[in-house]
Amino acid sequence: MSDTILKVEALARDFDVSPSWLARMLSGSGRRVLKAVDNVSFAIERGETFSLVGESGCGKSTVARLIVGLYRPSAGRIVIDGTDRSLLKSRAAVAPLHRRVQMIFQDPYASLNPRWRVRDIIAEPIRTHRLARDESAVRDRVDELLRQVSLGTADGDKFPHAFSGGQRQRISIARALASEPEFLVLDEPTSALDVSVQAQILNLMKDLQRRLGLTYLFISHNLAVIFHVSDRIGVMYLGRLVELASTAELFVRPRHPYTRLLLDTVPDIEMTGRNRAPVSGEVPNPIDPPPGCSFHPRCPLANERCRIERPLLRVEGGSLVACHAVEEGRAP
Amino acid sequence: MTATAPLLEVSHLRIELPTRRGTQLAIDDVSFSIGAGEVLGVVGESGAGKSLTAAAIINLLEPPLRKAGGEIRLEGERIDNLSFDAMRRIRGKRIGAIFQDPLTSLDPLYTVGQQLVETIRTHLPLGERAAQARAVELLEEVGIPAARERIDAYPHHFSGGMRQRVVIALALAANPRLVIADEPTTALDVSTQAQIIALLKRLCREHGTAVLLVTHDMGVIAETADRVAVMYAGRIVEIGPVRAVVKAPQHPYTVGLMGSIPAIGHRLERLRQIDGAMPRLGAIPAGCAFNPRCPRAFDRCLVERPELMPASGTEAACWLHDRPDHV
Repeated sequence: MSDTILKVEALARDFDVSPSWLARMLSGSGRRVLKAVDNVSFAIERGETFSLVGESGCGKSTVARLIVGLYRPSAGRIVIDGTDRSLLKSRAAVAPLHRRVQMIFQDPYASLNPRWRVRDIIAEPIRTHRLARDESAVRDRVDELLRQVSLGTADGDKFPHAFSGGQRQRISIARALASEPEFLVLDEPTSALDVSVQAQILNLMKDLQRRLGLTYLFISHNLAVIFHVSDRIGVMYLGRLVELASTAELFVRPRHPYTRLLLDTVPDIEMTGRNRAPVSGEVPNPIDPPPGCSFHPRCPLANERCRIERPLLRVEGGSLVACHAVEEGRAP
Repeated sequence: MTATAPLLEVSHLRIELPTRRGTQLAIDDVSFSIGAGEVLGVVGESGAGKSLTAAAIINLLEPPLRKAGGEIRLEGERIDNLSFDAMRRIRGKRIGAIFQDPLTSLDPLYTVGQQLVETIRTHLPLGERAAQARAVELLEEVGIPAARERIDAYPHHFSGGMRQRVVIALALAANPRLVIADEPTTALDVSTQAQIIALLKRLCREHGTAVLLVTHDMGVIAETADRVAVMYAGRIVEIGPVRAVVKAPQHPYTVGLMGSIPAIGHRLERLRQIDGAMPRLGAIPAGCAFNPRCPRAFDRCLVERPELMPASGTEAACWLHDRPDHV
């Protein structure tokens, strides 16, 4: 029996990145569409940490924002605990869903209102969702949340500028937990932090997950962090999911050539003096992705089929992989 | 110890930050040297003073920051008290610089070729045509495809990785003896970062250029540097060969730092963490600056500030290694 908390089906999101009407008329060019997320499907089980990894522009943050409702999907469905989010039209109908799904952003300097005291920042979701009887209950709950993220209750009376990056991220976490969510979307939660502080935050996230039974969708470009936190991992490239596997499977037997490239290029303190595998090329412009498999211009295994036909995710051992070379057994 | 002077020698560098509440020491008595062709990595968390140290060497401290003491010598010659013009001739000619953001280090109004030619002609006695040819050569060397055509392109025509290649070409244009690279790969994607590190390593080996590599990424250091200096609260707390510092760190801060980096391969339930945070300027505790966070601090650490001293394999500024009667 599986207990799926989130299911994403054929999710897509396009952005119109056309130049202005006048510029289009003058240059005779048409509209341009960026497919930030293109036909992505996955499911997350209750209590697990599912991660999306990829380089900038691969669409991982767009997926995060779609799930919490900051963007509307262009196509596809997002089903949270059996409820299709696109069917909920009114604000009142989505509110309970918003309470259960919270997000933590990358930059703790930009995500906290500098004019509000920490106590009010954390109390806002409690008041919005009417989760406490009265103001004294709100106060007690905020104190509890502050303690939960290892801050002092006196810190609640300060403003965000009094805190370091790591402490601010703790405040963001406390605010996210204030609405008693079951599901947290973490978009690069430690990328702006120093490594020793990153370790504190990652440890805190793990403790909270265990204690509160939370489910995480974790977004990062840092493979070492992903390895540390995840149960299952999806690898994204130019808006598409190219591989989906358990952490053990992905790091021991990476199958997609892009996953292998990523793993090869991680600077690793264990490999002092190692020479990196030379990798060519960069992520192409997502406005104009290559036809067929979007990775083919950089792929050492690409052939004619890869240039024309887009590969779909298919089962390969314990993983899901979208690659013709793997399917045909051409991958070493 | 050889008789020849090291390529770069920084001794007792102090940098002050005057504030309304008094003068604070941003860099406190930092000394190190770099040999010819050597790559010295400087790591530390934000605010530790690694970028300030790099900026001080090329005399590009932003006011009100100012050098308050110490000496910087390049090939034996003092460069920290030179006039602005004299220093400008050294920057670019004898010391190249690569910064984090390749877009802000290039001028958007000039083509890549114009910028290269200007740099080459400022520092080398070459005519326009010879400089042009050298510019194409440089772009080819840093791996820009179709260099002859791309030379007339503007910086915004290039991707992030390609721009950083152009910046490296600019830094190496006059064959400097030393390159200061301040977070050269931080703004790049991982797969691009690998290419840029490989390129920097290859070029410096081929040209015999020494590199001062400032980064917060221990992985980059481990792959690139010969020696590492670890900075904390404006001081060097440990310095030594990269293998020793990474595999057998001697300062408790370095031990904590290494333990807090998640590594692929062996998964731990919890990462080792250093509690607390680096003190702010002006709130640096007496004695060893790390003492409030140090699991092994004892009485002496609270009152007396340790200098770098030999510790097995590296040098560490830690009283745990002050054992005069032991080897």
